[in-house]
Parts: sequence; structure tokens; C-alpha cells
Amino acid sequence: MFVARGVAWRSIHNTLVSPAILLPSIIFPLFFLVAFAGGLSRLADVPNFHYPPGYTAFQFVFVFLQSAAFGGVFTGFAVARDFDSGFARRLLLSAPRRSGIIAGYAIGALLRWMITGTVVTIAALIAGMNVDGSASELVGLLGLGIVFNFVSALWGCGLAMFLRTEQAGAVIQMPVFVLLFLAPVYVPLPLLTGWIHDVARLNPATVVLEAGRGLLAASPVKVGLAFILLAAAAALLAVFARRGLASAERAG
Amino acid sequence: MSRRRPRPVVVVDAESTNPPGLLEQIAAVGRRSVTRTLRQRALLVFPLVFPLILFAINGSSLSAATKIPGFPTNSYRAFALALPFIQGSLFVAVTTGTDLARDIETGFFNRLALTPLQGPALLLGQLGGSLVLACIQAVVYLLVGLATGVVIVTGVGGAFVLLALAILIAFAFGSLGALLALRFGTGEAVQGIFPLLFVTVFLSSSSLPRNLIKVTWFRDVATYNPVSYLIEGIRSLIITGWDGQALALGFGFAVLLLVITLGLASAAMRTRLVRT
Repeated sequence: MFVARGVAWRSIHNTLVSPAILLPSIIFPLFFLVAFAGGLSRLADVPNFHYPPGYTAFQFVFVFLQSAAFGGVFTGFAVARDFDSGFARRLLLSAPRRSGIIAGYAIGALLRWMITGTVVTIAALIAGMNVDGSASELVGLLGLGIVFNFVSALWGCGLAMFLRTEQAGAVIQMPVFVLLFLAPVYVPLPLLTGWIHDVARLNPATVVLEAGRGLLAASPVKVGLAFILLAAAAALLAVFARRGLASAERAG
Repeated sequence: MSRRRPRPVVVVDAESTNPPGLLEQIAAVGRRSVTRTLRQRALLVFPLVFPLILFAINGSSLSAATKIPGFPTNSYRAFALALPFIQGSLFVAVTTGTDLARDIETGFFNRLALTPLQGPALLLGQLGGSLVLACIQAVVYLLVGLATGVVIVTGVGGAFVLLALAILIAFAFGSLGALLALRFGTGEAVQGIFPLLFVTVFLSSSSLPRNLIKVTWFRDVATYNPVSYLIEGIRSLIITGWDGQALALGFGFAVLLLVITLGLASAAMRTRLVRT
């Protein structure tokens, strides 16, 4: 716990004192929100598009969950940067219990996303987003974001510990980016056609996204399944991250 | 086994007092720039693949948009094909800027400044790599578009005009990358500007025609955003036909961007050479 606290504190401290780290993680989701909710709102006029809170809310859920996932990805970048600078190796030498390092980075990812998530939510509310869900449903949406953030942090940390170079950035980011965009980002699943419909139907991110949108619209769907899928991913990626740590330990 | 000796950047006759001509200097620096670009496979592949991934995903994900009354085509893929050309151009800007910034950071630029090499030769030569990258990208995007069933309504002639416009746009953005490198002098700064460039694409008519953008402020921003006209110039050749106004605006803004960025880059180059 001592190690986790120290790593988490350093992670959030670095984020807060370095605009170059903090700003992209805030600005990117904001621009996605602006571009999608603003530029594509006419899509709500497509026949059979039905989402009562409106298109801004529809896109907010995607951007909210995407920012959660990218909070974890950016933490993966930080781990890779720590290996490049040699800090991670000193950390491995000094930490009495090394699994605390992963926990610390994951807590850092969560704290970082809390900032981004708050900014995105405020921006969406200012833009006139309707919120139909009850307080408990909104807590459910927040819970989805927290677990999603944890899952992607485990992915980012694990891969960064395997590769141990900043050049791994694209490899960490791209699968998360593609997974998210292969979900029904712009219109609900039934309105997708062709190969993207088949892929989105099988994509676990679709379940999480639909659950989030359902919670915001006060008509929850697949919430239990979404949490089960995220828990399963967390369990798998915890093993992956632990192996990444073991790989880094072996490499010295 | 014989090893190839490295070729000198510019061959200068030690007995001669005449330095090589401007064109020869541009060719020499350009050759180095092109070779460096072609050798950096990662820099070639990512800018090619990323826009294509987005094209594949958005081309299908947004196909429902064709059901909006007044949408100009029944194929969203055809509508979206213009976007990879612009996104690829942004990557050209970053690649060009990063390469030039690396030359500045490693001191290679300073060593070149000690030679009789002229500033314009150094600038235009450095842009050689971006021109090659622009050509490769434009051809690949067009071929991928055709392979996925997109029909260019202006035919073969239109395809060539499209390539010319796409290459011109990419070259203009390459000049912008060079300008950023010369002004800031670090690769980190150039890459830091990239998200801002990307934002200009988001805030344009990249996803929907301007007349179908519902949110007024967004439509206004897209109308004042020159990137909209670059996209619409390329798009007109794919889905509209020979639209003189769209082409004039597309080529006009591309030339304007090129003239402004090249002019400012030349001035920045002079300043940097004086500093050296």
C-alpha cells in the first residue's frame, strides 16, 4: 500500500504540474464532444434514431467512457516514459512489494481521469445535455467509467512494462482506439449496416457503451453484463500486467 | 565484400571557387530528405494506415447519414474519401517538421549553415521528403478508395486533378511543418502542435456537408475554416462532378497556405541562419 500510494502520488503530481501531460488528456475528449455532439447532431434526424435525452447525451456517454479508457492509456505512456528515463528501474529496486507499483499507476490513472471526466461532464451540461437518469443510475454510469479506466490502465501498464520504451505509445493506444470506434459511436447499433454492424455486435465495448447510454436515459440495458465483461477483462489484464512487471524485473 | 562508400551531400570541386548552383543544392538536400523519409518505415506506415483505419470505420459507421434528407450522395464511403487525404497531409506536416527539428537539435543544420548552401535550397530541399510522402499517400488513398467501391464521378481526368490537389495540400502542410520546426527548433514542439491541426479537421465539413450541420455555431466555424474548402475541393471531384467553385476554393486555399507558410518559413530560415 505504501508503494502504491507513493507511485499514485507521483503520477498525479506529475500530471498536475505538467501542462504538456494534463492538457492533451482534457482537450482531446472535449474536442471529440464538440465535434461529435456539435457537428453530427443532424444524425438524430435519421429515421429510427431513438434516444430521448438527445444527441449531445448520446455522444457524451461515448466521450465519457472514451476519456476513462484514455486515462488508462495515458498512464501506460507515463510508465513507458519512466522506463525510458531510468526511473522505473530505480523504482523496481526500491519497492519492497512490486505489485504495488501497478496498483499505484492504476490509482494515478483513476485520479487523472477524475479531472478529465469532470471537465467533460461540465462541458456537456453547459452544451445543454439532458440527463434523464436517476442519481443511482448516474452512479452506475460513473462506476462503468471507473472500471473501464482500471481495465485500460492495466492494459497500458502491462504493455508498457513489456516493451519498456516510449515508442510503445502507438501500440498501447491503437487497440483501445480501434476497439472503441468499432462500437456504435455515432448511431445506435440497429442503425449500423454492413461489416461494422457485425463487428460492433460482437465488440464488448458495445455492451459497455449501450449500458452507459441506457443509464443516462433512465432505461438501463445490459448493465450487469457490462460490469461482468469489464470484471473479466480486469481479471485477465491484471494477470497480463503482473506478467509485464515480471518481464521488467527479469530485464533488470 | 565491398562496402558502399557514403555519397557526399554536395560534390564540390576543391579547386573551384564556384559553389554549386541553386538547383544543384536543392537536389542534393532533397535527395537526403527523400532518402531519410523512405528509410523511416515507421514514419511512412503510420501516416498511411491511421487515416485508412478511420476511413474504414467512419465510412461504415456513418453510413446512416446518407438517409438525412439532402445528403449529396448515397455512399458515405465516397463522401468520406476526401478525409484521409487531409489527415495524411497533417501527418506530412508533423513528419517534415520533426525531421527538420531533429536536424536543428542534432546540430546538422548548424554544420550545413557553415557551407555555401543557400537558405532557399536548404528549405526547398528539406521539403523533398514531404513531397515524396505526399505523392505516396495520395496514390495509396485513391487506390484504396477505388478498391472499396468508390466511383470518381469526374472519371480518370478527375482522379488526376484530385491527386494534384491532394499533393499540393500535403506539400503546403509540409511547409507548415517546416515553419514550425524553424520557429520552435524542437521536435516536441512540432508534435505538440499536431492536436491543434487535428482540431481544424474536426471543426470543418469533414463529417457532414456544411448545409446539413444543425448546430449554428459549428456551421459558422466550419464555414470560416479553410480546411472545409480543402476537403470540399477534393470531395467535389469524387461525388459532385466538375464544380468550378469548389475546385477554385480548394486550389486557392491550398496555394494560399503554401505561399504563406513558405514565405514565413523562408523568413524563419534567414533568422535561424543569422543566429547560427
